[in-house]
Amino acid sequence: MNYRDVLAELKTDHNISWLKAEEMYEDEVYLWVGAGDFKAAVGFMSKKLSSPVSMLFAQDRRDRSEGFAVYCAFMSAPLKKWLFVCVSINGDSPRFDSLSNVVHSASLFEREIREMFGIEPAGNADGRRLRLHEEVWPADCFPLRKDFKAPAQIHPQQLHYGFIRGEGDGIFEIPVGPVHAGIIGPGHFRFSVAGEPIINLELRLGFSHRGVEKLFEGKDSHAVRLAECVSGDSVIAHSSAFCRALEKIYKVVVPLRARYIRAICLELERMYNHAGGIGGIALDVGFSFSSALAAIIKEKIQSLNRTISGHRFLKGVLCCGGVLQDIGDDKSRVLLETLRSVERDFNELAGILNSSVSFMDRVDTTGVLKRKTAEDLGVTGVAARASGLQIDLRRDFSDIYEIARFRMPHETGGDVLARLRVRFFEFGESIRLIREFVQNLPQGGLRSAEIQAQPGFALGYAEGWRGPVLYWIETGGTGAIDRCKIVDPSFLNWQGLAYCVLGDIVPDFPVCNKSFDLSYSGNDL
Amino acid sequence: MINILKTRLFKGVVTRKLKAAGARVYEPAGAELKALIAKKFGRSLNIRQVDTGSCAACGSEIIACNNPVYDIARFGINFVASPRHADCLLVTGPVSKNMAPALNRTYDAMPDPKFVITLGDCAFDAGVFKGSYYVESGVKSILPVVLHIPGCPPDPETIIRSLTDFLKDGSGPFKKNCV
Repeated sequence: MNYRDVLAELKTDHNISWLKAEEMYEDEVYLWVGAGDFKAAVGFMSKKLSSPVSMLFAQDRRDRSEGFAVYCAFMSAPLKKWLFVCVSINGDSPRFDSLSNVVHSASLFEREIREMFGIEPAGNADGRRLRLHEEVWPADCFPLRKDFKAPAQIHPQQLHYGFIRGEGDGIFEIPVGPVHAGIIGPGHFRFSVAGEPIINLELRLGFSHRGVEKLFEGKDSHAVRLAECVSGDSVIAHSSAFCRALEKIYKVVVPLRARYIRAICLELERMYNHAGGIGGIALDVGFSFSSALAAIIKEKIQSLNRTISGHRFLKGVLCCGGVLQDIGDDKSRVLLETLRSVERDFNELAGILNSSVSFMDRVDTTGVLKRKTAEDLGVTGVAARASGLQIDLRRDFSDIYEIARFRMPHETGGDVLARLRVRFFEFGESIRLIREFVQNLPQGGLRSAEIQAQPGFALGYAEGWRGPVLYWIETGGTGAIDRCKIVDPSFLNWQGLAYCVLGDIVPDFPVCNKSFDLSYSGNDL
Repeated sequence: MINILKTRLFKGVVTRKLKAAGARVYEPAGAELKALIAKKFGRSLNIRQVDTGSCAACGSEIIACNNPVYDIARFGINFVASPRHADCLLVTGPVSKNMAPALNRTYDAMPDPKFVITLGDCAFDAGVFKGSYYVESGVKSILPVVLHIPGCPPDPETIIRSLTDFLKDGSGPFKKNCV
């Protein structure tokens, strides 16, 4: 199948003609349609490519007298393409027909567009704001519009968030957060319970909102330091997605050695987070011995990170055009030695967890996310792979991983155990991949010498440990960033968590939460 | 079961000697910290941590302080689940507008005497998020801060060294000593 066949089918079978179809890069196609055809075209693409909405975002182009634009991106693994369905919207009374009743995964993105741009997704019934909380932010103040000025004096609406409530005899509400009992990020959970079982879970996030997308505007390639601070546990995933987008726009060729070093760092990041997450799952069912062992593994890898890059979270490794840190012979020796010791510890940890009957009893069939639900919500990454969806950007969009014969886990259960097994598998696979990469580390430069900033737009992506991290960037005439849209896998996966706990008991919520291991800061931006 | 018994019989209680990468700095600082906490706080210093919109790296390093390698609890520092139990409020993050009310309420819920420590560059003056429409200009614009621990994020050695130095002479970027 070719993407041109898909476009032809759109025209012949659905009578939708497009205004413009451009293949911008070898992996990106932009299809501009009329405002009346937008919803139908999105619905068709989603069905045809069997893909949820990967990202849906708006852009303010009124300074070019082009109103607003809305982009809806789909990922197609068989085509090895990202397909954008785009539409121009009148700037005076901006609105478009809500897509969420044809493609449910568009729903959250539409709410985001409404609060950030003031574009009305007509027909999206959920008018609650995601990030600009009603208690502290006025109405009609849209930060991502170009003519936005931060209000000097804020007169909030004093409205309260409309939680969906379960009502009836014996139904209680348990509000939790945003300040939690442990050392974790801020978020509010509201359980409606009938006895012990959860009948509804409402998530209210956005407490970490820092206006990151707006901060990127006007910055140049040095903003990679900001990308590193979007989600502190996905430093490499975010910075490499950011760099990829700019490198595509600036037409920079990244040296092969740098790409290998990036891949090694990406896998190290996956390993320390998976070790931490597995330990967290054990801790949340009260199995503290194995969680201590997992913490030791995590610490070993983070110390290794410092040896290799000078930073325990691998900050400062990437730059636009390549990498700043080399992995020479002495460093790769330390790397391989540490991997051996980490592998030994990890096998012991896996042995302990797999042979503990009471542990297995807690995680087996707990927090089941059905495949159909995961598909509809657009769940990605570890959570999707545990529910039987075989999606991984490393498999479909990376020649380096193809050479290393990348393997994927096969889990279908969708429960905590399945997510745990996916992480077990990926940890082992990461060790293998790093060994491959170190062995085949090509000689050559670390970064491209000269970078010519220029206008353009492109999508950068990387499969972080949690799932795909996407950066869509457009640069203006001087090459400075004009619009930067970030999608962290947490954004869609939080919904998966809200569904998987239904019917389970409240004490199982922490372990379900940890099995998804989502980011507050990546979601809230 | 057989395996478990075999391990128990042959191995005994499983222990291992752990050595942190920065043990030469960390261990003496810890011993000093323990003596100071015993003297000034009657054996334990209870800390309540609040994340006001950090990238979670600072939180991860605070958790690392509690791992078996660094194990800060053996020096008398406990991270507590409620502000009611806390002597000290440890704040990370640049204070998102959404978190400012929650931060104030947490502080108000703490019993006196109490003091506030900030951790990580963005808690000082919003760091890389400076100038955003949705962050306050650091924690010190909202609460009285007595110590700032710099870094993005500070590693466990820096955290323990800063705490020790602070308790020793009340130094730090904010000279006022509330302890």
